[in-house]
Amino acid sequence: MTFGSTVSQQTERIMSHASSKNFNLTLQIWRQAGPTKPGALKTYSLAGISPDMSFLEMLDVLNEQLIANGEEPVAFDHDCREGICGTCGVMINGQAHGPDSATTTCQLHMRRFNDGDTILIEPWHANAFPIVRDLVVDRSAFDRIIQAGGYVSVNTGGAPDANSTLVPHHAQQDAMSAAACIGCGACVASCKNASAMLFVSAKVSHLANLPQGQGERSKRVLGMVAAMDAEQFGNCTNTAECEAACPAGIKLTNIAQLNREYIKALLVSTE
Amino acid sequence: MVTVAETPLDGRCPEGSIANRWDQRKRDLKLVAPNNKRKHTIIVVGTGLAGGSAAASLAELGYNVLSFCIQDSPRRAHSIAAQGGINAAKNYQNDGDSVWRLFYDTVKGGEWRSRESNVYRLATLSTSIIDQCVAQGVPFAREYGGTLANRSFGGAQVSRTFYCGGQTGQQLLLGAYQAMMRQVHNGNIKVFARREMLDVVVIDGVARGIVTRDLVTGKFETFASDAVVLCTGGYGNVYYLSTMAKTCNVTAAWRCHKKGAYFANPCYTQIHPTCIPVSGGHQSKLTLMSESLRNDGRVWVPKTKGDTRSPDQIPEGDRDYYLERRYPSYGNLAPRDVSSRAAKERCDAGYGVGPSRMSVYLDFSKAIQQYGEAVIREKYGNLFHMYERITNENPYKVPMRIYPAVHYAMGGLWVDYNLQSNLPGLYVLGEANFSDHGANRLGASALMQGLADGYFVIPYTVGDHIATRKVTPVSTGHPEFQAALDASTARIESILKVNGMKSAEHFHRALGKIMWDDVGMARNEKGLLRAIDLIRELRDQFWKEVKVLGSGEAFNQNLEHAGRVADFLEFGELLARDALYRDESCGGHFREEHQTAEGECQRNDDKYSYVSAWEFQGVGAESILHKEPLTFVDAPLGVRSYK
Repeated sequence: MTFGSTVSQQTERIMSHASSKNFNLTLQIWRQAGPTKPGALKTYSLAGISPDMSFLEMLDVLNEQLIANGEEPVAFDHDCREGICGTCGVMINGQAHGPDSATTTCQLHMRRFNDGDTILIEPWHANAFPIVRDLVVDRSAFDRIIQAGGYVSVNTGGAPDANSTLVPHHAQQDAMSAAACIGCGACVASCKNASAMLFVSAKVSHLANLPQGQGERSKRVLGMVAAMDAEQFGNCTNTAECEAACPAGIKLTNIAQLNREYIKALLVSTE
Repeated sequence: MVTVAETPLDGRCPEGSIANRWDQRKRDLKLVAPNNKRKHTIIVVGTGLAGGSAAASLAELGYNVLSFCIQDSPRRAHSIAAQGGINAAKNYQNDGDSVWRLFYDTVKGGEWRSRESNVYRLATLSTSIIDQCVAQGVPFAREYGGTLANRSFGGAQVSRTFYCGGQTGQQLLLGAYQAMMRQVHNGNIKVFARREMLDVVVIDGVARGIVTRDLVTGKFETFASDAVVLCTGGYGNVYYLSTMAKTCNVTAAWRCHKKGAYFANPCYTQIHPTCIPVSGGHQSKLTLMSESLRNDGRVWVPKTKGDTRSPDQIPEGDRDYYLERRYPSYGNLAPRDVSSRAAKERCDAGYGVGPSRMSVYLDFSKAIQQYGEAVIREKYGNLFHMYERITNENPYKVPMRIYPAVHYAMGGLWVDYNLQSNLPGLYVLGEANFSDHGANRLGASALMQGLADGYFVIPYTVGDHIATRKVTPVSTGHPEFQAALDASTARIESILKVNGMKSAEHFHRALGKIMWDDVGMARNEKGLLRAIDLIRELRDQFWKEVKVLGSGEAFNQNLEHAGRVADFLEFGELLARDALYRDESCGGHFREEHQTAEGECQRNDDKYSYVSAWEFQGVGAESILHKEPLTFVDAPLGVRSYK
């Protein structure tokens, strides 16, 4: 038993079974050449979209078409294309990351749309996320919030044996659920106030639920909330759009936990 | 005709008992006093596990750290996508693990093509990594009593892998990123996001800085430092379709190579057996399904060729659990190269499943029956969700369909035992270097290596460089900076000037096809020679026909992509040449001319027990080969069998 090379066998088999259910779309996309340049919606027609394509692969097809016609392609942020890095994110028909729950833009597939649909594609809207170009925005505000306390202050080296601090299973599960935040900003984009409370609450809750996070529990929440306010995100009015839009399943209960942590820290902290 | 350098390359490893070598080296490494560290600037390029941990640790020590990343935030590095886990020789499970065993499994897994001293150190440091991550608040899985949980991974008969659901990479990276952010807050790290490193600046033979391009404004910048630490990841995207992120590239490493840093073993590329199969010509990347799934999933194809029955209609007796059949001691946890070739073999022979007949099943029905869906959901939750999003199939109800895909690069820039390149002052960490995994990397060891390098090796070794070389400060006004800046600017302008008819995407896909067809899972002399010719032809076409619109003075993703493709078109040729020169099969490098009757690798230790470190001689010119001989004393050469 030996094996030979298949050369193009794989590609041929796939192309021959390609879906005959391809369809056409109209796209309305926000184009803006730079942060201070005027922007506008532009309309494009796209044909031959396979339902198995991802949303971003559909944009790739559009961009190849634009380049062939001598028009600059649409700029959009993306990287892992598997839903974990948090880089991608656009408003699709007014919904952050589109119509599917717990799904990032890159995980959304075209089988969710129909032949003849019009899709409106816009960048995240928030004063705290200024536009860079087209659909790309600047989310460095999130990094600045983490810098204000989203960590455990421990230098490399000298950590005790990993099993010397027990973490009960349920505490780990709670911490893990909150730690799953991918920092995409959909919560901010979907909120009518552009509040970042869900993002901040996810990190605060993650570390508040673990023994390692106890030492700086108050300092952390006070620092991060102050940083959040300084970035000019809006206030939370409990509309819960953030939870609905979040692709990583971060729950509103984290905001409740953040509020408790904050009040406790304000009233009681001696740090 | 390949010119081989007369003097063999020396890894500069300490002598003596392998268990003492790192301690011995630490005794010999010169130190920089705490109050002097703040006088020194260190550049770290890349913010993944290796770059993030290095930047944080060096800043904590007191160095001024300048940190660069291509993405909009350090937290986006592709380490974030690693799923299954990180190995460490804690032996918490009392099942026979030890530093020695992790060392041995890794050398054997690498098919005896790695440097023993480095691997032993890696195994030794593995335990400290877990301690550090737990202290940072990384939410590793726990048993009910509160102790850390473990699972098994490929190529090991012990349960030594620590994990956070199916997103271990994300949680480890966030631990390092958060440590970095703390240092930014303290003023010890300056982060330059959306910057691409386009060149290393060498002054008097030592790496003293970098040239970057600001991806938002297009502006070129130069930065001077006392050391440059490169953590820019792997080159899998030379195949276009891979599990890499879209911005992953070889550019920074390739530019260092062109300035004199040797590139080692590029032909050792890892193909991961369990990825979601290609669904059409539009495919832009391949998605990994973690190896950890093979703890509970069973791989099978129908026993009958062309069996189109739906899997729930195929009874046990008609199923070929081919990994369990061929490799009884490791079964579904056979290492990646072995499992990938086994999947390809079954599909090529006509037993594949799915619409394209180019996939195999990864079936969880037995595990779900045995443990219940809730247990499986807790272990792998987000992975099953990911699979369903992409394929529209529910893996709790039907088996997953999987096929091998390019995943990791064992090759990389050559480094010595201190992780320093042959180009002094340039350190290379993580996937960007070549050293620890030999010809095949075991699962859950990339995370281990990136963090070992960044937390526990570079903080010691970079100080020695600064203290012994007594580097005098240089400014970016030095003529070498201007020369590097001019060269980088010229290259970008030359891409824009071509104004041809074909997009960068077209060239990238075409290159990927050449690489996958002839430099993929199975290679042969004829195919490799053909690939080299085709790559050279495609490269010439690129410089005559690439079309990039817009200007270099604005955010221009197309221009960025074209620059990376131009570098892949040069690097791909070196990879193919390395594969051609290494006339044996080992690990991820399979030459059809050298296989056993059962289709396993046939190694040639007498002729090829060395590291191939290539020295650049010009684009398209034959490189000079430097050989670093490899000797195996503590993990003696053996047959790599998983039966």
